[in-house]
Amino acid sequence: MSSQFEAVPTAALPSRQVASGAMQIVWATVRVVLPILLALLVSAVALLILGKDPLVYYGYIVERGLFNPIGLQETIIRMAPLLLVAAGLIVAFRAGIWNLGTDGQFLLAAVVTAALAPALTGTLPRALTIIVCMVVAAGVGALWSLIPAILKARYGVNEIITSLMMTFLGTSFANVLVKIAFADPSTTVPQTRTLPVDERLPRLFGTTVHSGVLIAVVAILLVHFVMTRTAFGLKLQVVGANPRAAVHAGLDVGRLTVATFALSAGLAGLGGAVDILGVFGTVRADWNPAYGLLVVPLVFLARFNGIAVIGFTLFFAMLMIGAESASRRVGVPQSYVLVLVALVLLFLALVEYLGQKWPGRAPE
Amino acid sequence: MTLQPAERAGSPGGPLAGADLGPAISLRGITKRFPGVVANDEIGLDFHAGEIHVLLGENGAGKSTLIGILAGMLQPDAGEIGVRGRTVRIASPRHSLDLGIGTVYQHVLLVPTLTVIENLMLGRPWWRPLERALALARFQELSEVLGVHIDPEVPVGRLSLGQQQQVEIMRALWRDERVLILDEPTSMLTPQGAADLVEVMKRLRDKGVAVIFITHKLREAYAAGDRISVLRLGRLVGALDKQALRSMSEAQVTDAVIRLMFGGGETDRGDAETLIGARRRPHHPAAAERTGEPVLKVRRLSTAAEAGETALHEINFDLWPGEVLGIAGVDGNGQKHLAEVLAGQRPAAAGAILLGGVDIAHDGVAERRRHGIRYITDERVGEGTVAPFSVATNLVLKEIGAPPLWQRGISLWDRIHDHAREQIRAHDIRTPSERTPLGKLSGGNIQKVLLARELTGKARIVIFNKPTHGLDLHHTRLARDRLLEGAREGLATIVISTELDELLEVADRIGVMFQGRLNGIVPNEENAERRIGMLMTGAVT
Repeated sequence: MSSQFEAVPTAALPSRQVASGAMQIVWATVRVVLPILLALLVSAVALLILGKDPLVYYGYIVERGLFNPIGLQETIIRMAPLLLVAAGLIVAFRAGIWNLGTDGQFLLAAVVTAALAPALTGTLPRALTIIVCMVVAAGVGALWSLIPAILKARYGVNEIITSLMMTFLGTSFANVLVKIAFADPSTTVPQTRTLPVDERLPRLFGTTVHSGVLIAVVAILLVHFVMTRTAFGLKLQVVGANPRAAVHAGLDVGRLTVATFALSAGLAGLGGAVDILGVFGTVRADWNPAYGLLVVPLVFLARFNGIAVIGFTLFFAMLMIGAESASRRVGVPQSYVLVLVALVLLFLALVEYLGQKWPGRAPE
Repeated sequence: MTLQPAERAGSPGGPLAGADLGPAISLRGITKRFPGVVANDEIGLDFHAGEIHVLLGENGAGKSTLIGILAGMLQPDAGEIGVRGRTVRIASPRHSLDLGIGTVYQHVLLVPTLTVIENLMLGRPWWRPLERALALARFQELSEVLGVHIDPEVPVGRLSLGQQQQVEIMRALWRDERVLILDEPTSMLTPQGAADLVEVMKRLRDKGVAVIFITHKLREAYAAGDRISVLRLGRLVGALDKQALRSMSEAQVTDAVIRLMFGGGETDRGDAETLIGARRRPHHPAAAERTGEPVLKVRRLSTAAEAGETALHEINFDLWPGEVLGIAGVDGNGQKHLAEVLAGQRPAAAGAILLGGVDIAHDGVAERRRHGIRYITDERVGEGTVAPFSVATNLVLKEIGAPPLWQRGISLWDRIHDHAREQIRAHDIRTPSERTPLGKLSGGNIQKVLLARELTGKARIVIFNKPTHGLDLHHTRLARDRLLEGAREGLATIVISTELDELLEVADRIGVMFQGRLNGIVPNEENAERRIGMLMTGAVT
C-alpha cells in the first residue's frame, strides 16, 4: 500500500489532478458514474437472459431504497454499521495495516452487547446501559485484534492472514456463545435474550432511524479529522507509507501498530453494538452480516477519505435495502443484488486502473 | 558455449585478431529521451575488440542510459546499433546476451545462498537439464582467462565483494566472450580489489574482448583505458584515442578530460576540482583542538547481528567538537550499524555511548535528537523520507507533534507550510512548491531536504552516511561544503563513506571498519591512503 493519502492540506495529488479544478471535478464524477452505468448495463443483459425486465428491477431498487420513506429510513439505518466499519478500516489502511478481521471483531462485539444489554436494563438507566454496552463492545473488538497486533508488532507476522484467521475463530466462537452461554432459555430458537424496543437507541425525529446513525457519522468525521489534522494521524500515516522512515524518525512502530489495531477493531466493535442496540436487539445463531469485506473496496474507492466514503456507503446501503424487495417483486433470486454489487466493484476498479494508467504515460 | 571456437574473438590468432572485422559494436546517432531530458543525444561510438574503452562522465551524463540500451533494457528513440557489422535491434536482455554482450552492474546481482557454480548455471531454459560437468569445464576455462582462483562449490555469500564481482564477470562472459560492459565496477572495492580488477580487464583485452568500462574516476580511467570517451549531459563531447593516450602523461590526460567535461569554463572549476580531488582541505589544526574534553566517547560498543548484516564488535573512539572523523571501509563491514546505533535507531547490545559524560546508549531517537545528535542516512528515499508525502511534511518528519508546528497534537498546516517555505529558501531546495511530493525531486534536492532537516536547530554531533552517494558533482560539492561549514562552526562530525577520496578531502582522522570492528584510526596525513588500504583488508598496523 504505497499510500498517497497524506493529510489533505498537503495531499500528494498526481499532477494531472492538480491541472485544473474543472477537470478534477469532471474526472471525479466520471470515476463514480461511469462504472455504475457499465455495471447496470452488464447486469441488464444478465436479467434479460433470465427473462426479466431490468428497468423494472432497477426501478424497484431505487424506489424502495431511496424514494419510499420506509425504504429510505432502512437505507439510512443500514449505513450506521457500514460507516463504523469503514471508519475502522480507514484508520488501519492509512497506517498501512490490513485489518481484515473486522467481521470477527464486529460479530463478537455484537454478541457480547446482545448478552449484556438485556442483563443491564433492569438495574441501569437506558442511557447508561447503552454507554456501557458500547464501551464494552469496543473493548471486545479491540481485544480480538490483540493477537494479530502483537504478532505483527513483535514478530512481523503478516496481519492479513492472522486477522482473517481470527475472523474464522471469532464467528465460530460467537456462535458457541449464542448457542451455549448466552442462549435465551425462553425460546427454542438459539438466540440471545431480546432487548425491549423501548430500551434500544433512541429514534430521531419520530422516524425509525436510530441515533446510532449520528454516532457513526460523528465517528467517521472524527476519524477523518484525526488522520488528516493531528500529529497522531500523521504518525500513523508515516508508519503506513514507509515503516523504515518511521523508525528513522524515532517513532515507536510497535506501539503505534498495536494502537492502530485497537482503534480499528474498536470502531468495528462499536458498529456491532450499534446494530444490536439500534436494530436487532438480539443475535440469532449463525447470523453474520459480513459487512467488513463489503466495506473494504468502498474504503479503497474513497481513497481512504472519510467524507467521500459516506457517499459510497449510502449507495451500497440503498442497493442492499432496495434489492431485497425488488427481487421479491420481480422474481429474481434475492442474492442477485450481490451480482450487481460485484459488477459495480469490478467496473469501479477497472475505471480507476485505466484512470491511473492513461495520463500516467507521460511524466515519471 | 553457443559459439563455435573458430569464431571466438579470443582464439589464439593474437590479441587483435578481431580488429580487422571492424568494431565489435558501433553506435550511430543513438538518441534516447525521457520526459524533460535528453539522456542520450545522437551518440556515435565504436567499441573495438581487444580494447578497453572507458566511458567517463559525471552522474546524469547518460552513461547508464547507454548501458541500458546495449544491455537490452531500454530501446533508443532513434539511431542504429551495429554488432560486428550487422545492424540489430537489441530487444531484451536475453537478446543482448545472445549477441555476445555481457553486462556487470554496479551492485552484485547473485544469489548469496547458492554456490558459485550454481549461480553460473542459472538462467538456462527451464526444460534443459543442469549439466554440471560442462559448467565446471567452462568455469575452469574462464578462470584461466580471468586469471582468478575461486572455489566453485563455495556459497557466493562467503566470497569477498571483489571475488563476487569476478563471478559476475564470469557470468557475463559465460555464453560468449566478445563484449564485456562494466558499470562503475570499482565503487564497491578496496583499492587492492580495484587494482586486481584492472588486471583482469587487461587480460580480457589481450584475449580480444571488447571491454567497456564505465567510471567517473579519472585515475582509473587513465590506468586502464586504451581509449577514453567523455559524455556530458547526454552528448559525446570528446574522445582520446590510443595514440593520444600513449603520448600523454597522466596530468595531461587529466587536463584534457577536464576540459572536455567542463568546457574549460571558469564557472565549473569547482566541479572539476571536486572530480579530481584537488580540493583537499588545508589541514585542520586537529591535534591542538583535540586537547580538550571530547564531546562523545564510545566505549566497547557492540550490536546484535541480524541475518545478512555485520554487527559491531567492541567499538571505541572519541570525538571532539569541530572535528571531522571519517569512517572508511568496504561497504557492509558494520558502518550502517555504527550510524544507526549512534542515532538511536538500533539498540546497543553492550557498551556505552557517553555524551558529555552521560551514557545515552539507551535513549531513543527523539531524546538523542534533543541532545543534538543528528543522522543523515545514506538511504535518502528508503528510510530518510516518505516519498509520496510533501516536501513540507518531510522537512518536519522528526518533529511530528512538537510545538510550535503542533499545538496539543493538532497539526497547524499553515505554520508547517510557512516553515517549509523558509527552509526551501534558506537551503536552495529546487522544488515547484512545498506541497510537491518529495519523490518528484532530484537526488541532490532530496539530500538538501535531509540536510535542512538535520542541521536546523541545536545540533552538536552530526553523522553523515555516504553524504554524496549518487549525487552529481555540483551537489556533491554543495554537500561537502555544508559538512565542512558545520565542522567549522564546531559540530562534531562523523562521515561514513566508501569513497576514500572523499574522506581524504574532508576528514581530520579516518577510522577503518573491517568486519564490525574499528580497525584503527589514522590521522589524515601524507601516507594515510596506503595505511587505510591495508586496514581495509583486515591487516593490523
